[in-house]
Parts: sequence; structure tokens; C-alpha cells
Amino acid sequence: MTKVHWIGSAPPSPLPSPPIPTRMPLCHARETPVNETIHSHIFPNGLVLVAEPMPALQSAAFTFLVPAGCAYDPTDRGGLSGFACELVLRGAGPRDSRQLVLDLDRLGVERSESIHDAHTGFGGVMLAEHLADALAIYADVLRRPHLPAEHLEAVRHVMVQEYQAVEDEPAQKVMIELRRRFYPNPWGRPCQGDLAAIHATSLDDIKSFYKRNYHAGGTILGVAGRFEWNDLVDTVGELFGDWPAGANGLADHAPCRIARDHLDYDSQQTQIGIAYPSVPYRDDRYFEAWGAVGVLSGGMSARLFTEVRERRGLCYSIYAVCHSLRHVGGVFCYAGTSAERAQETLDVTLGELTRLARGVEPSELDRLKARIKSALIMQQESSSARGTNIARDWHHLGRARSLDEVSRRIDALSCQSINGYLAANPPGDFTVVTLGPRPLEVPQ
Amino acid sequence: MKFIRETLDNGLEIVAECNPAAYSTAVGFFVQAGSRDEADAVAGVSHFLEHMAFKGTPRRTADDVNRRFDEIGAHYNACTSEESTIFYAAVLPEYQDAAVELLGDILRPSLRTEDFDTEKQVILEEIRMYEDLPPFGADDKCRAAYFGAHPLGRSVLGTIESITHLTAEAMRAYHASRYTPGNVTLVSTGRVDFDALVRAARRVCGHWEPRASRRARADAVPCRRFEVLRKPGATQQYAVELAPGPGAKLDDRYAAKLLATVLGDDTGSRLYWELVEPGLAENASLTHCEFEDAGAMMTYLCCEPDDAVENLQRIRDVYRRVRAEGVAPDEIEQAKNKVRSRIVLSSERPRGRLFVVGSDWTYRRAYCSVADDLAAVAQVTPDEIHAVLAHYPLDASATVTIGPLAEVAPPR
Repeated sequence: MTKVHWIGSAPPSPLPSPPIPTRMPLCHARETPVNETIHSHIFPNGLVLVAEPMPALQSAAFTFLVPAGCAYDPTDRGGLSGFACELVLRGAGPRDSRQLVLDLDRLGVERSESIHDAHTGFGGVMLAEHLADALAIYADVLRRPHLPAEHLEAVRHVMVQEYQAVEDEPAQKVMIELRRRFYPNPWGRPCQGDLAAIHATSLDDIKSFYKRNYHAGGTILGVAGRFEWNDLVDTVGELFGDWPAGANGLADHAPCRIARDHLDYDSQQTQIGIAYPSVPYRDDRYFEAWGAVGVLSGGMSARLFTEVRERRGLCYSIYAVCHSLRHVGGVFCYAGTSAERAQETLDVTLGELTRLARGVEPSELDRLKARIKSALIMQQESSSARGTNIARDWHHLGRARSLDEVSRRIDALSCQSINGYLAANPPGDFTVVTLGPRPLEVPQ
Repeated sequence: MKFIRETLDNGLEIVAECNPAAYSTAVGFFVQAGSRDEADAVAGVSHFLEHMAFKGTPRRTADDVNRRFDEIGAHYNACTSEESTIFYAAVLPEYQDAAVELLGDILRPSLRTEDFDTEKQVILEEIRMYEDLPPFGADDKCRAAYFGAHPLGRSVLGTIESITHLTAEAMRAYHASRYTPGNVTLVSTGRVDFDALVRAARRVCGHWEPRASRRARADAVPCRRFEVLRKPGATQQYAVELAPGPGAKLDDRYAAKLLATVLGDDTGSRLYWELVEPGLAENASLTHCEFEDAGAMMTYLCCEPDDAVENLQRIRDVYRRVRAEGVAPDEIEQAKNKVRSRIVLSSERPRGRLFVVGSDWTYRRAYCSVADDLAAVAQVTPDEIHAVLAHYPLDASATVTIGPLAEVAPPR
């Protein structure tokens, strides 16, 4: 209840956090030890284990990325991936639904599930001594779920509740609608699905989705924290080594789309979502693209915050982030403001996006590098983000980037390289979606 | 891990938990200034003032402030609640001095009228944002209903009206009365160089004039109410309930937190099994909130409008049953495991510890290491939890529900 009000708002973004370079140059680290070991192992069935030891911590965290994201939902079954994710946790192996939750609680596992475009993520963080026991429970969840018929209606209720809750969250809703219009089908689909599909989904639908998408092939397990690598490989091998391989690749080569849309919504504020094409994480120029967005929206001295909020007082919340599929990427930008100030907010924001093409200043790049430097070192204080990041790295690149490689990339970032990228790829072709009482004028 | 403290001549306190193995250092100024310290005419001034601190000082423009934070790679923020305003930054150890220097400087902001007028628009946008966001102000309304005339019933954000009418002069007077050295504690955690911390604090804050400042304290007299607010555009129905609970200075707060975990944690709790797992509610939870001279148990519900009446009754029945039948030993063990795990996980980052060390000191003038906290949780007995149940009736509550429904029958 102690509702605290922060001066800087975290972006309430429905997008998965953007892949950012997660390591920093050793030369800046001085006496701060930077951990540069990343282990990986590919089991014969295709399961990838990628792990980073963080021996100073008492915790360990894991993330399973299972190739069962909402892009795999059949056209008339939007939300099926969410059904599967809910239902695999309702009893697995020797445990019924209740015992499963009790045992995870007993181990003190803080769990999280998330549906992304390409994957369903199952994550957990806990005291390191419980890692093996927790992984054993997840081996049951992923491989031996009961998918119990008697839970189907409860899960359907959960899906409806989650769908309805988003209807009351305009800032989240506008970004969902933006994404839907920007990315080529099926990559922009919302993980919440749609109501008609949620009502029509049957147990057979879920079982066949599970069969098609839950398998070792394409599954990535990221682990970070305190563990012994050799023991971890043995544990994961015993638990998952004989999981059938399976395959279900889905290409995302199609280009992004340009759209303009307004959705009527009964609210005080108008929500503005803007997207424009960028390069994917795997692209050689990704660091330049990402650096440019950092100048736009990293820290409170960044351009959007300064020009839109600080100088003009137009809004409370504004941000821009890079997002990437495997072969297609985009920059997603959000602002929320009173209906009567929304037009000016949109104009100023689009003006800043366009102005970016004229380049960034050395002082802006220096501040960006300083922020990253400390962000990367501080990442080593917490295991939960690391496991996810290295797993996601593997999804995009087929490997986790070494510290040396990323160091070189960050060091090599210069105004010249960023400005060269911006000159060749000026922000434009904006997709704009607004949500609020009145539509806005979007300049052509 | 070492705890050290020092008091400057003007009364400003400095406390630190030094962990030489940490990668970063967190520093925060905890100011005793929150909505409970405001008068009606300046409702929302504490939070607005928090924003204004970033708008410049005699030595720095607003741009200078933001630029400097980013130059030192700080992860920084500020927040305002009913009882305090906190300005903090997490930095690499070599920037400890710079962070203290900058945070200390912005605690003496210029409060220029022109900046005040621009920032007022941002505050109004923040208020409108919360009006569009669940639970659409029901939490503030419930606090007002529950605490009645007690200062904890005041809104942190204020209202469109109070903010619109607020003047820069009134803010300057409020700042002078609350941001006194005696009301400010500098807290630091992680890899702290304590001698340097004290030197920097003396340099930046040593000349602040001491001034008497007191906070009105009173026993809260909880009010029972049931209010229905209609919001036709909402899809879901929301409810916030407040019932009595132990305050920050009472030892039974550990038992209250465990009880809240047993009854209303996100997973594996009684409300979870009763409402969330069957899909009857999107969210149903119970948390313990502590204040200086009061505490509360807060229930939150989000569900489809058609299920709201039955769900409120289900929650009430869960609370009645636990009061009659008590809590089982394995439920307590379960809750202890979860709470202990969370204590350790949230302590791994210095910026996580900062808030714990800071509130331990400002509320209780005590230092509790992670090990102390773990031991305190481990030692809670079933009898202590049952005493909390008996002493703080969960059904003696104020309830505010908001959503499309015009009428909602209160639970029996």
C-alpha cells in the first residue's frame, strides 16, 4: 500500500527487454573483477545449456527458452501458447498441481513464466544449493506434464482474466497494438491471444501444441550464479539427455510494416506508440543502432526525456528501446500524455526521432558508455538477469558472445560509426498507433 | 560486513553497511518528509518537491544535474511515500564521492518559479496517468477511508486541484521546515569507504543550519467502511481492503509478514488456491504495510465484475476460517522458506540492501544484518502468528471497490 512515486518511471513495456550488450570492456573495470567465463554444452538431442558462473553470489538462476512462443499459435487459436504454459504447471511427474507449487515454494524458488514471440520462458531464482532440485522439478514440468482435463476451465478463466486485465492497462495495450501492426505476421501477435480463441480452445488443441513445441530441439537453458559447471552438465544430462529432439523452426525474414492507426479509449491520457525499422541483434551494425537509441533514451539526460519531459513538461513517461527478432529489428517508442497535449507530444517526439539522423555528440556517447559500464558491472551482482541474457544471446547468435568480443565492440563505438549508421539508416517509415479519446494528426 | 555510523554537528546522521566484496556502492538520502507531513493547502507538495530537486541548484542547472548523474554512470531515482522522500544512486565505488556530492547538492534545490511551473505539468500528467491505471485511485481512497483524519490517510500525489493551486513559495516554506539536517539520514551500502563518506557529507551538508522540525504522531483509529465507486469504462472490477496490522516499531511485524505470506502470497497461499488458481480472480493478495505509528494488512483483488461479490465473500471466509482454525505448521514452514529466500535474493545488490538498512535505521534506530533478519524470521512461532490473528482482525476493514459495477453487496 505504501504507494511510492518515482521520479523516473520504468518503461511499462510489454516487449521482452531488448537484447543489449551485456559485457563491458576489461580496460574500464580497473580492480573490479569481471567474470568472463561462459560455458556451453549442446546435448545430442539439440538441447543447449549455456551457463555463467558467478561464484560470489549465494543464488543461482535458470531460464528455459522453449520454442513454444505465441508466433506458433495457430491463426484461430491465439493464446494457445499461454494455455500450454499454464497447464504444464498444473501437475507433472509424481506431483499434482498443488504439490508442484508447494515443492517449488519449499525450495524458495521465485518463479516466472513469460510468453515471447519465439519462446515460452520458464525462469526461477533461488539459493544456489537448491538449483539441482529445482531443475529436476522443471524436467517433470517440461517433459511429463499431466495436462489435466479437470484444470482446463480454470486455465481458461486465467487466460480470460489476463486478457481483460490488459484492457484496463492503456500503456501496455498501445504497445501490444503497435507491435501487432509493425511486425510481419505471426511475429507481432499478442501473447494474450483473443477472446474468441480463448473460449474455443480445447484440451486436444493444447495437447497437440505441447507435442509440437515442447522438445529438446530449439530449447535453450541459461544458468547463472553459483554452481559447478561439471556437476551442472551431469545434472542437466541426466534430467534432459533423453528428451526427444523435435524441430519446429519458424522464419522471420519478412519485412516490417508501416501503419497508422487510432483506437478509441475512454481515458484522460492519450497513449502514443511509435515504431520504426532497425537492424536485428545479429547484424554487424546492431551496436551502432543500439548506441543511437541510447542517446535518444538512456538515462535522464537523454534526448527524449530532456526535450519532451524536462524542457516542455509534456509527459511523465517516455522511452525508446531496441527490440529484435532473429532477422528483423525495430525501435519501439512510447509516450503517454493528456489528450489535449498529445498532438504536441507526438510532434516533438517524431521531431527528435527524425533529428537523430543528423548524428550524436561525443558527450552524449561518453555518458552512454559510462552508464553501460556500470550497468554491466552491476549485472554481476544479480544472477536472475544473466541467465536470461545468455540464453537469449544464444537464440539470436547461436552462441553467447565472449567478453573480449563485446569489449571490442563497445570500445569501437564512436560518433563516427554511429553517425555513419544513422546517415545510411535514418529513422523513418514510422508506424504510429494512438489510444485515447481523439485521433492525432500524423505528418506524412 | 560492518555497520558504522556517525552524526554531523548539525544533527545529520550517516549510517553504512560496508561490504568490501561488493561490486558497487549505493548511497541514499532518506528525508523524513511525506504526505503525512502536509496540510490540506499543500497536498502533494512532498512528491512535487522530490521532482523539483532535480530541476537545479545554485550551482547546477536541471540539465547539469541529469548530465552529471549519467556521466558517473549512476543508476539513480527518487521516490516519495507517506512518510519519507528518498533520493538514491548506485554507482561504481570510484564515484561514491561524486554521488554524495550530487545528491547532497540537489537536497538544497533552487526551486525557481519558472521550473516550478513547467514541472507542475509533469506532476499533473503523473496524476492523470494513475487515474487511467488500475486500481484507478481506489488505493488512495481506501487509505483515506481507513485512516480517516489520521495523517496517513493523505494522498501522496495530491489532487489536480491541490497541485494546480500550489505555489512555489509554499513549497519553499515546506522545504525549509522538513529538509532540516535532523530529518535527513545518509545511508550507504555495498563497497563503502566510510571515512570518505563522512568527509563528503560534511563538505556538502555540514553547513546546513539545524532547525527544529517535528512530525504529528497519533494513534490510528481504523474506520470500517464499504465504498463502491463506479468507473464505467473499466473492464475488470478492483477492490482494496485495509485492516489493522502491526506498525514498524512492533516486534510482531515478522509474524504479520509470515501470516500475509501464508494467506495472500502470489503463489501457494490460501487466496491463491481459493481464487487465483481456479481462475476466479486475476489477482488476489494480502500484504503487510508498516508505518511509524501504525500498520495495516492490505488485500487487493482484481477480477471480472460478475465474480466480484462472490470473491469478496470468499476472501472474507478465508480470513474468518484462519481466525477460527489457525495456521498449520507446514504452512508456516512454507512461508518461512519463501521469506528467507527473498531476503537473501534481494540483499545481493547493494541497492537492495540500501532500503532495508535505511528503513531499519530511520524507523527503529536499529541495524539488522541479513543473518539477523533470517534468524528473526526463523524464530517466529505459531503462537505468535495466532496472536497477530487475534489482535488484528482481518475482517475489521475498510473496503473500496471500483469498476463497472454500480452496486456491490458487501461481504457478510
